[in-house]
Amino acid sequence: MTVVENRPRVGLFVTCLVDLMRPSIGFAAVKLLEDAGCEVVVPSQTCCGQPAFNSGDKATSRDIATQVMNAFAEVDYVVTPSGSCGGTLIKHYPEMFADDPNMAGKARAFAAKCFELISFLTDVRGVSAVKSRYNGTATYHDSCSGLRELNIHDQPRKLLGTVEGLSLTELPDHDVCCGFGGTFAVKYGEISNAIVEEKTKNIVSTGAHLLLAGDLGCLMNMAGKLSRQGSNVQVRHVAEVLAGMTDLPPIGAPQGAVK
Amino acid sequence: MTHVATTPQFKQNAHEALGDVQLQQALGNVRTGFIDKRAKAAAKLPEFEALRDSARDIKNHVLQHLDLYVEAYEAKVKASGGHVHFARTAAEANARIVEICKARGAKTVTKGKSMISEEINLNAAIEAAGMAAVETDLGEYIIQLRGETPSHIIAPAVHLNATQVEADFRRVHTHLDAARDLSQPTQLLTEARSVLRQKFLSADVGVTGANFLIAETGTSIIVTNEGNGDLTQILPKVHIVIASLEKLVPTMEDAAQILRVLARSATGQELTVYTTLSTGPRRAGDVDGPEEYHVILLDNGRSNMLGSEFEDMLRCIRCGACMNHCPVYHAVGGHAYGWVYPGPMGAVLTPTLIGVEQGGHLPNASTFCGRCESVCPVRIPLPRLMRHWREREFERHLSPVLVRGGLGLWAFFAKRPMLYRFSTGLAMRAMSLIGRAKGRFGWAPMASGWTKTRDLPAPQGATFQSQWKNRK
Repeated sequence: MTVVENRPRVGLFVTCLVDLMRPSIGFAAVKLLEDAGCEVVVPSQTCCGQPAFNSGDKATSRDIATQVMNAFAEVDYVVTPSGSCGGTLIKHYPEMFADDPNMAGKARAFAAKCFELISFLTDVRGVSAVKSRYNGTATYHDSCSGLRELNIHDQPRKLLGTVEGLSLTELPDHDVCCGFGGTFAVKYGEISNAIVEEKTKNIVSTGAHLLLAGDLGCLMNMAGKLSRQGSNVQVRHVAEVLAGMTDLPPIGAPQGAVK
Repeated sequence: MTHVATTPQFKQNAHEALGDVQLQQALGNVRTGFIDKRAKAAAKLPEFEALRDSARDIKNHVLQHLDLYVEAYEAKVKASGGHVHFARTAAEANARIVEICKARGAKTVTKGKSMISEEINLNAAIEAAGMAAVETDLGEYIIQLRGETPSHIIAPAVHLNATQVEADFRRVHTHLDAARDLSQPTQLLTEARSVLRQKFLSADVGVTGANFLIAETGTSIIVTNEGNGDLTQILPKVHIVIASLEKLVPTMEDAAQILRVLARSATGQELTVYTTLSTGPRRAGDVDGPEEYHVILLDNGRSNMLGSEFEDMLRCIRCGACMNHCPVYHAVGGHAYGWVYPGPMGAVLTPTLIGVEQGGHLPNASTFCGRCESVCPVRIPLPRLMRHWREREFERHLSPVLVRGGLGLWAFFAKRPMLYRFSTGLAMRAMSLIGRAKGRFGWAPMASGWTKTRDLPAPQGATFQSQWKNRK
């Protein structure tokens, strides 16, 4: 047990979006976890299965959940830089197998070792400050799953408060959905757009030049709207700032151009 | 006789709602007013969360013993001199009500606000039988003048502004001076009161809904803010209560307990202005009250929900908090949902009542943000229930072909990690090369719903998993 306490083996569930779209968030997560004294491993992975689960495809979601649980069987913790995927692992895997006596216990035990990145750092590893610097004003959007399924609210604000040079200004309606909702954003694009328009109005009203959140799906939605509106607000995952890894261009910005 | 649902055209409805400038202005009141008021009311009551648990538990208890409480309630209503009529369907309920009205030779039927009467489209049945149905709740009165349905379960005319109401009053109240001043909302209210006062006095039958039916006493309870419910049920010779099965609670104390979360969740009031109890007809020596007291106990699909994955929905106390906090409702308003019940509760209930073939859009048109569940006074897991509808649609192959196809293709790769890593590795490099200069795409195949109004950020390049392999 002391081994676990001192240098736990953490399996990074990087999430499909981060894996494919913005690997730098994954490396920021690795840095934060290693700084917090963890050994990080990355088992072979695809997706948590949420798209199937939320589309009503129970069989596929169970298949993928089983695949994830097997891939991460040997680690002490599973940590993911997303409240949404975290919510799936922690809240919905047990739900998926609730009526399967062979798997229910396994899903519950698995869920118990899964954490969203920022809350893992603060609540499990006791991290109270980060060593990073960012000059500017940022505002933070609470992604729905992280906020309401996993109670992530204070943790990112607390750590962001220790970033040198960063001033954090509260976003009006920070707890209101950005309109992403996975496939919702494509299937009901017009409604999704109306919701994200409200969101970007609030973001711009803060005067912050940087928008942060803990979920890449929401971030891509808000970044996509901001850039279409011609806004110069930059958009990043909260882990990038906490890890001090903001040298790559922000989400949706031309590659090669820094800041 | 039920309303024709436009729910299958939800997307078109939503499109029109989003382009309706006046509606969007009116929806601003929902986006702010209700939310702040509920939050303040909840914060003022330290036991609010415990009361939500208690309200949930009371409703669950009733649902587990519904047969017993129905029988106990019926016996008490009879003992107090009233009648209970069981209606399996909307048509049966309407037929019973029309029959009761006709037996008294009724010409005018006044109505308190009742969503169940909307569900069964009672007004149309009353009018088809040659009688006048008059809505007496101000919001309901206004939308009746306009030939509309409620756009919100507790604020039926929330989609309108005062100018529209003024125009309707001038159009309908032609017996009044055309030069009268109606520029202030209070003037509109005064005019509605005076018009309705005549209707109250001339009504032969009064129909109300019920927020609670008390098994212990045979009492029905309505909560209102205008007092119209009292006049509807006290003045006419006949009072008919129309309520669905799940309104039953065991005792007066249980109702009182749930009342503590009802108004706070709905309007942020501690209690509504009126909480009106009625038990049977007028007794000898009573100074007022109806001569006849009838309760129409409606099933209309509820008993099929018992024991199903949708049973939790039967706890709903119709406070409207879910729609008040719903970003989709805020965007499109209640009429876009296309049938009687809008918002998250409507997204669960509508497919139950009109069939998932017709109501299937609604449980899909949700971001699953969970704000509805976080404010529901009886803790209904609304997103989970919407997901159950999606499961049923998927099982019955009702989901759109493109969605199924896309999901199937994605699942094929997601279940094969080696192939997934290889193919996504290639795809992301290619996409990154194409999108590199701008860092985003203005258009993407299969995602026009997104890219029509938003850019799609381009991937950085090599996937995390391929870079991780090289790092080690």
